[in-house]
Order: sequence, then C-alpha cells, then structure tokens
Amino acid sequence: MTELKLELKEKIIEQLNLEDVSADDIADQDPLFGEGLGLDSIDALELIVMLDKDYGIKLADPKEGRKIFESVETMAAYITANRSA
Amino acid sequence: MTRPVYINGIGSVSAQKTFDNSVFLEDVTYRSDTIINVISPDYKSYIPPAAARRMAKGIKMSTVSAKTAIQEADLEENKIDAIIVGTGLGCIGDSEKFVRDIIDNNEQYLTPTRFIQSSHNTVAGQLALGMGCKGHNFTYVHSAISFESALLDAKLQLENKEADNILVGGVDELVDHHIDTHRLIEHIKQEPVATMAVLKSGTKGAIFSEGAHFFVLSGEKSHSCHAELVGVSTFNNLSKNQVSEKARSFLEENNLTSDSIDLIILGYNGDVEFDGYYDGLANGLFSNTCQIYYKHLVGEFDTASGFAFWLGNKIIRHHNIPPVLRLNSVEVSEPKLILCYNQYRGENHSFTLLRKC
Repeated sequence: MTELKLELKEKIIEQLNLEDVSADDIADQDPLFGEGLGLDSIDALELIVMLDKDYGIKLADPKEGRKIFESVETMAAYITANRSA
Repeated sequence: MTRPVYINGIGSVSAQKTFDNSVFLEDVTYRSDTIINVISPDYKSYIPPAAARRMAKGIKMSTVSAKTAIQEADLEENKIDAIIVGTGLGCIGDSEKFVRDIIDNNEQYLTPTRFIQSSHNTVAGQLALGMGCKGHNFTYVHSAISFESALLDAKLQLENKEADNILVGGVDELVDHHIDTHRLIEHIKQEPVATMAVLKSGTKGAIFSEGAHFFVLSGEKSHSCHAELVGVSTFNNLSKNQVSEKARSFLEENNLTSDSIDLIILGYNGDVEFDGYYDGLANGLFSNTCQIYYKHLVGEFDTASGFAFWLGNKIIRHHNIPPVLRLNSVEVSEPKLILCYNQYRGENHSFTLLRKC
C-alpha cells in the first residue's frame, strides 16, 4: 500500500505537470482538490483516465470520483480493492 | 477618414535576450547549431504556477511577451479590446503529444489537457482568459505571413475605429517531431553554422528557431509610442524579379519612393536556394539604403518576421543599429522610415512599413 501511494503521488505530479512539487510534499491524507493540491475538474478527468489506463478501473458513475479522489490514501484504497491491471 | 495606427508597446521572447525591454541587443548570444531555442525568461515571475502547469511553451512565451508589451504601453489589461495572433503551427508540441497518445494507446485513454492545448488558437484563447478579455479573439494561420495577417486585421480595425487598443502578436514553438521532419526534407541545415557565418554558409535550408512577439497597437499615440504602422502588404507567390516591382508599388501606395526609406530589414536566413529573393532589393532598389538582417540571431520560423517588426520599433526608439545586424556600411543617423521584407522558401512575402512619429 505504501508503495502504491508513492507511485500515485509520482504519477499525479507527472501527469498533471505539478511543477516544484515532490512526492514528499504530498501527505497521504492531503485533499487533492480545493485547498490541498488545488486540482480542478480537468485534473479529475485526467485521474479518471489514469485509473482506467494504469489500473484497469473504469468509473461507471463519475459521482464516485468525489470520494475516490479525496486524497492519495482514498485513491490507493480504492485501487487496491478494485484493480484488474 | 481613417486614423493612424500607433505601436505603443512591444514585447519579445526570442533566441536572444529580448524579454527585457530596457536593453537592446547589448549582450548577443552567438551559437553554432542547426536549431536554436529561445532564451527563456523566468516564467514564474510572470505566470502563477497553477496556471503555468497546463501551458505549452508557446503560451508561456506569448504570455511574457504580451505582458511586457501591455506593461510598456502603460495600459490596464481591461483596456485591450481585441487579441489577434498569428502562428504557423500553433501549439504544435501538444498536438504532437496528443497524436502520439492516440497511436500509442490505440485511440483509447485520451486526456483533455493535450487536446485543449493542441489547437492553433490556444494562445489567443489563453491570453484572453488570463486577461479577462471578452472582445474579438482571432488567430491567423498562414505560414510566413501569419504575423502580418494578424497585423493587417488589427490595423484595419483601428483605422476604422472598431477598436482602440489591440494586442497583436506572432508565436511559434520548436518541438522534436517538427525538427525531425524538417531536417529530413532539408528545410533545416544539415550541418551546424556559426551565427555570423549564416549568410555565407552556401548550403540549403535554414537554422530553425522559435519565438513570441507581441505589440499593443492603438488608435491614439501614447507617451510610450515607438512608431506608426504605415502599411502592411502580403503576397502568396512572387517570382524573384517581381519583388522589386511589388516593393515599389507598395511604397507608391503610401506616397513614398525607395529613396524615402532610411533602413530596410531583410529576412535573409542563409538558405542558398531562396536568399536570392532578398538580393534583388539589396543590390537594386535599396542598394544605397542602410540594410540589416536578423535571422542569424533568432533563426527561422513562421513568425520570425515578428522579430523584424520588434527590431524596427526598437531602432526607431533607440536611434541605434547594433553592428551585429548590419548587411552594408550605409550610415543612417536617425531612421525615420523603415521597411521590412520577408518571405519563406519563395512563398508568402510581406512588406511592412514603420514611421517614426
């Protein structure tokens, strides 16, 4: 799980072009949207594609994303429970 | 009755250190290469990190160049009535990445960011979003006359009082696939050439580069005014022996003759196949006129003539012609009328006329 969290942090930084942010700067429970990393709706789409492409998880209901993408920890938990890739 | 058009602010990001408007080619960078990249300003001091992370290089260069021009014009951003951009290739870097994603992922998993960034009008759109400008927003894509097309649109709108202040510019970025393909077809020189040897290279192709040049054009002359934009004219196809005739008629349309021109800025790029287009003017109609060139310093790209326009404005303001630009030894102490001529590979020719005011 710790490895997956680190992997997610690195992917988020790379795919969302978060300049001057390192994996160490993102705590597992930090909110990804709003006051945390400040991600927005376009980033949410990027993360949905990442789940599908890298972990084989298709989000049938986009509303699910609100909880799944709350933090790196919630993302990692969801991936661990649902991954097929 | 139309009104004059003034250039009240200028901005440049190029392969020379031109982003700082307080200096004028005082510290020239010399290279020996087949491609040259821009000297980047510290983008973070112009663009908030949250906005910058989705910006392609062309958008970053344009944002800095546009902000510099608006700042120099001493204009509030909400006073800009229209944004008009010329670009040969738009944000080609993200276009390439988007297409590569389509191929690599078998048309699946396409993400929005690269798609948003990959259209030609991304730059004009992003500038408008950043400034909150809801006015006319237009992008001209027409190879080597993209910038002049934007300039002509702005000039007509200002003359006819459809707008008071227009941000107009030209931008192109240099990316890997573009370099690879143009190297393959020998539009890029095969061997590196030193900056001051470009004209004498005797080889095919040009040194490729990139840049962003933006200007605030206004119907009213401000205290920051550099020059008046007197005329712009473009031609898609001209033979070598038609260039002088077209230059003469362009000047006649503006009630001028070749003798009236104090300085001519020529777009020589060292391509042995096409530099002859400039020779006709340099050795004929303007042989007794002070001549300068610039692509040895900033390379060739679709909107490289934006640098010539920037240069003309700078020279009128500073009364100074940096020796590194000189083609001949004809002296002129204070240029008042400057003619720019550019073409690329024998196509898309442009004449632009600036006057001290």
